[in-house]
Order: sequence, then C-alpha cells, then structure tokens
Amino acid sequence: MTTFDMNDDSVVVVVGSGAGGGTLGAELAIKGVKTVILEAGGRHETDDFQNDEWGSFGQISWLDKRTTSGSWRVAKDFSGLPAWIVKAVGGSTTHWAGASLRFQEHEWKAKTTYGDVAGASLLDWPIDMAEMDPWYAKAEDRMGVTRTNGIPGLPGNNNYKVLEAGAKKLGYKEVHTGRMAINSEPRDDRAACLQIGFCFQGCKSGAKWSTLVAEIPKGEATGNLEVRPNAQVLKIEHDDAGKVTGVLYADKDGKQHLQKARVVCVAGNSIESPRLLLNSASSKYPDGLANSSGMVGKNYMRHMTGSVYAVFDKPVHMYRGTTMAGIITDESRNDPSRGFVGGYEMETLALGLPFMAAFLDPGGWGKDFSWWMDNYENTAGMWLVGEDMPQEKNAITLHATEKDQHGLPVPNVHFDDHENDIKMRDHAFGQGEAVYKAAGAVKTFRTPPYPSTHNLGTNRMSADAKDGVVNKHGQTHDIANLFVSDGSQFTTGAAENPTLTIVALALRQADFIAGEMSKGNL
Amino acid sequence: MNGKTDISRRTVLKAAGAGLIVAGTGAGGLVYGHNDAWAATAENLDADTFATLVQMSRDTYPHDRLEDKFYAAAVSGLDKAAKDDAALKTMLTDGVAGLNKAAGGSYSGITDADKRVALLKAMESDGFFQKVRGNLVTGLYNNKEAWPLFGYEGASADKGGYIDRGFDDISWL
Repeated sequence: MTTFDMNDDSVVVVVGSGAGGGTLGAELAIKGVKTVILEAGGRHETDDFQNDEWGSFGQISWLDKRTTSGSWRVAKDFSGLPAWIVKAVGGSTTHWAGASLRFQEHEWKAKTTYGDVAGASLLDWPIDMAEMDPWYAKAEDRMGVTRTNGIPGLPGNNNYKVLEAGAKKLGYKEVHTGRMAINSEPRDDRAACLQIGFCFQGCKSGAKWSTLVAEIPKGEATGNLEVRPNAQVLKIEHDDAGKVTGVLYADKDGKQHLQKARVVCVAGNSIESPRLLLNSASSKYPDGLANSSGMVGKNYMRHMTGSVYAVFDKPVHMYRGTTMAGIITDESRNDPSRGFVGGYEMETLALGLPFMAAFLDPGGWGKDFSWWMDNYENTAGMWLVGEDMPQEKNAITLHATEKDQHGLPVPNVHFDDHENDIKMRDHAFGQGEAVYKAAGAVKTFRTPPYPSTHNLGTNRMSADAKDGVVNKHGQTHDIANLFVSDGSQFTTGAAENPTLTIVALALRQADFIAGEMSKGNL
Repeated sequence: MNGKTDISRRTVLKAAGAGLIVAGTGAGGLVYGHNDAWAATAENLDADTFATLVQMSRDTYPHDRLEDKFYAAAVSGLDKAAKDDAALKTMLTDGVAGLNKAAGGSYSGITDADKRVALLKAMESDGFFQKVRGNLVTGLYNNKEAWPLFGYEGASADKGGYIDRGFDDISWL
C-alpha cells in the first residue's frame, strides 16, 4: 500500500471517506493526483459486517458526543443522537440503502420555482440540470445504478409487492423497484444481490455500491491514494497568506500528527464538516475557516421524513431482501395545490425486530405498542423523504461547554421543522396510509423521523460569496485551496436521496481540482 | 390470561438460596415453574425487587407468547448493571418500593392487569419507569431467542440471503 510522508506538501488531503470524500479521493488518484484520505473511523471490510442491528450499530455508527436543540422530535426521542451516520472507511455509504435518484430540473432552482417562502432561506443552486446531467451519467455508470446503462431493476420483495399493490389501486403511475446502486447482476467485479436484507448494516455480499468496496480499492490500485483510518481531523492549518497548509489529526491512540497538504477537501458529513471549519478558527479567521459569509453551519437540512408501517392479516416478512426495495415517485413533483412547495418520495423500508422496538414509536409502551410488535411478521413499511426548507436558524454550532475526547467543543444540532415541512409530512403520512389501506391494511401507524441520515446544507453552494460557503465547484469562496466535498455543499435538498448527487458533484470536483492543479492555479 | 406473573412463589425463591428462580406464567397466571427450562439469578437486587421488576416488565410490554424467562433475562441485565452502579441499585430498589406503596402493599399482588398498568401510567415520566422500559427495548426485543416467536429470522447472510428462501413469496395480495 502506498503511504505518503507527513511533510509531503504536494498531496491533496481529503477529510472523510464517504460518498463525497471516498469518491473524490479515488477519482483524484485515478487522474494521477497524489491523495491522502484521512478517515476518523476504522476500516471494516465486507466480511466484518454483521447481520445484527444493534451489533452493527455499535460497530460502525458515529457515536461521538453530540447535543441537540430545537422543536424537532429527534431532540426529544434521541437527544444525544441527532444523526444516524457512520464512522468507518466508506462513511455512510456502508449504511445507505442504495437509492440513486437524480434531482428534478426545478429543484436546482428552488428559489425561482418556489418563490419567497416565509422563514426559508431558499437559494438557487449556481449549477443546473444541463450542467449536472453528464456527471449524473458518469456517477450512475460508476455506481451501477439499476434502470440506467441497461442494468435491469432488482426483483421486488414482499415489502415492495405490498407497496406496489396499494399504489396501483390508489392510481399511482410511477411505481417500480427503484434506481438502486445494488447489483441486479454481476458488475464491476461485484456479485449480484442475494436479497440478504441488512442493507443498513453493511452489505455482506458486496452487491451494494459503497466507496469502501467500489471506489477506494480502485484509487488504491493506482498507487496514488493512501487511506489512513482512525485519523480524526481536529483542525485545518493555514499560512500567513491565508492558504491552507495541512491538517492536524489524532490517531487511534489520541496522538496528534500534522499532515501537510497542497489542497484540503472537507467531506466529514454536514455535522462534522462545519464543525471542523469552526474549530479551525484562528487570529486571521476568528469566525472559523471559509466563514466570511457567516454561513458555515447554517441552513442545516435533514429532509422531511417520516415512516408509515401497516399490519395486514397475513404475513409479509418485510425484512427479507433489500431494505429499500421500491419506490413511488408520483408525489415528488412540485404542486403547491397540495398545500406545500416541493415534493416527496415514498420508498419501502424495513426494520428488523430490534430496531422496530426502538424506532416505531420511541418511548411507546403498553398493550398498543405490544400489539405492533406481536404483528411484526405481518407488517409492511415505507419511508417518506422530501424536500425540507433551508432555515438559517437550523444550524450546527460549537457547544459552549461540552468537549469531545480530544478536548474540542462538541457540535450542537439545532432544528425546527418549517411549516412547509410539517404540511408535507402530514400529506405524506396520509398518502402512505392510503397506499396500505388500499392494499388491505388492518391498521397503520405514523412513525416519527429517525435520527437524520440525510444531513445537508451547512456549507452551502452559492453564486454570491455573501450567501454561502462554496462556489459552484465546491471551492470555498474565501480560500482557493480549501474545498467542501460532501452533502454540506447542498444549496437546497430536493426530494431525492442525496448520495447520487454527492457522488456526481465529487466526480465533477475531482475534474476541476486536477485541472486547476495542472494549470498551476492550485 | 391476564398476563400476571405469580410471584407468590416466595418459597421457590427462598429455596433457591441466595439465587432466584422465577417461574413461568401459565394460563390464568398460574405458575408453571420448576421446569428447569430457564433460571435467572438475582445477584445484586433482592429477590422481591427482582420479581417485581419482572412483573413490571411484562406489564410494560405484554406478550402472551413470551414466557417469563424472557422478561427475567431482561431484568437480569439491570441486576448485573446494579453491581457496580450503586445509584442504579438504589433507583431500582426504591422504585419498586414506591410502586408497592402506590399499590397499597404489593404491586404484584394486584390481580387486575389494568390496575397495575394504571399505576405504571401514573409514573411513566419517572426516571425509574423509563429505566425499566428503556432496558426492555434491547433486553426483550434484542433477545435472539425471542425473535422466532415474533416471526423474525435474524441473520441471513450465512444462509445465502433470501434470494432462494422466500424474499418474494407473498401469495395473498
């Protein structure tokens, strides 16, 4: 394996190895750029993953201390766990379910499309569909997304069949087994899906795309990429001129090291990325790096989410097969006559018995709760995911007193639902219940949001430097050799699961960085 | 059945010496212990506290399909944790004492399940109740022995997944 010297200041340092960082690091290496990925978590390969919800949760989740505030229900139900994301090589691509959807054209222009929404800090992206189409195409090919590039859809499992039956009876038209970055046939040296289930726990067959199994190995094979696990970046250093020069990180024993860098790309997810910029404050940048706009950490989005579970009078066995086995996209359009702007997707989702107990109705108990658990075998489930409104007050901030294991302030995650989010959720709950009732459900249940998996927007992309943190290449407005490479770049969230867009942006950013380096601009 | 755990079996408990054998619940709440199918040992809590916590656990998440041994196994988790956690031991001991007091003597002696649940409802925001309830989320539902009783099959990768084992076998739609 290639290793680079701590004092090698010709390397690009990427902080994080998930959808953004893992893809970017691999693509830079493929382009011949010497790259070091620093990953806070350990490296667990396919064989190490566990078909065990709590066991896996303990193995790969980001469990460092975090605090919450705001009126969102997660702050009440899971006050120390605002986000359900991963601390391991591959980041949350080890945990994701694989749904790979492109933004719709209007979603790149949320401000123009939705107009002024009171309380929302909407903005148009500085890029659009025409700009992104080729990068989406490249990402879909890289990830092997079903229903693209001639790749067949996955077969529908029982949970999907229930969803499909209800959706069709209800008159929905766009119902299928999804565009999934899970092999429906062998591809890219990875096998076809065995319908194991446990997609959230790390795929044990390698059929699901992740940066761990699909991107990082390709980058490492070039000899240009070193992935250093158990390396938690604490601070980004800069010189007197203001350019970044390297990063300070702690290894697994807590020992600190300084890795020099030519370029630094931050991809630690939308909670850690702004936290790192804020924790890197200096006399030159007293409000944190790249924060002249004051927008670092602001406009935190988490998608409008919720779930509907339904019990039928016969078995479903929803947990058999892919976790996200199918989708209804009819409600993803922007149709303000529904009482809200933006749209949402309806996607099957299955939890095992242990996680049903934890997430169906957090805090619930008694006979009614037990009834749901007694009927687990006959239960079907779907997740509702839609565009939420960016609000400046929803923010990642540094806690005033709480410190982490390295002595740095922990992040606080503040979130209040926007009125638009609430109206959309109510609508989605109603439609989700209607789908299952149409399929013959005995009873349905509205499950509140899980801790956030789609964390977005806290270093947002803007045409104007005063509105956001990065430009259309993810390059910070303030510091030319400092980039943001994860979902925190998102100007707005759109209705779709974000990973495909994060990967497409990372591929595009790799092209830009390599180009600027060869031109001598970086 | 009313879901009642008969803990009038003090003699059983005492016969077990320092340990505790909690008997199972049969139809009508009758004990059918002594089957040696399971035994839980109270190591740190006193036997009555342990047994009351078992009854309280069943009342919190009542499942006719689950024998008492599953609730006892969950309570054992608390019992073990109490070894090095004096505050927890006090919370559980005092909590049970408070529950018994609210019950007019013995929580487990109340035969009407609805009346027992009403007592729990009145204290559901208390740290003690939340501790016992929270413990069950994993202590009860993450017990692999209980999974088949709920129709949950657990790990599948070692069996080749469900591709040939019914991932799409639904026939009633």
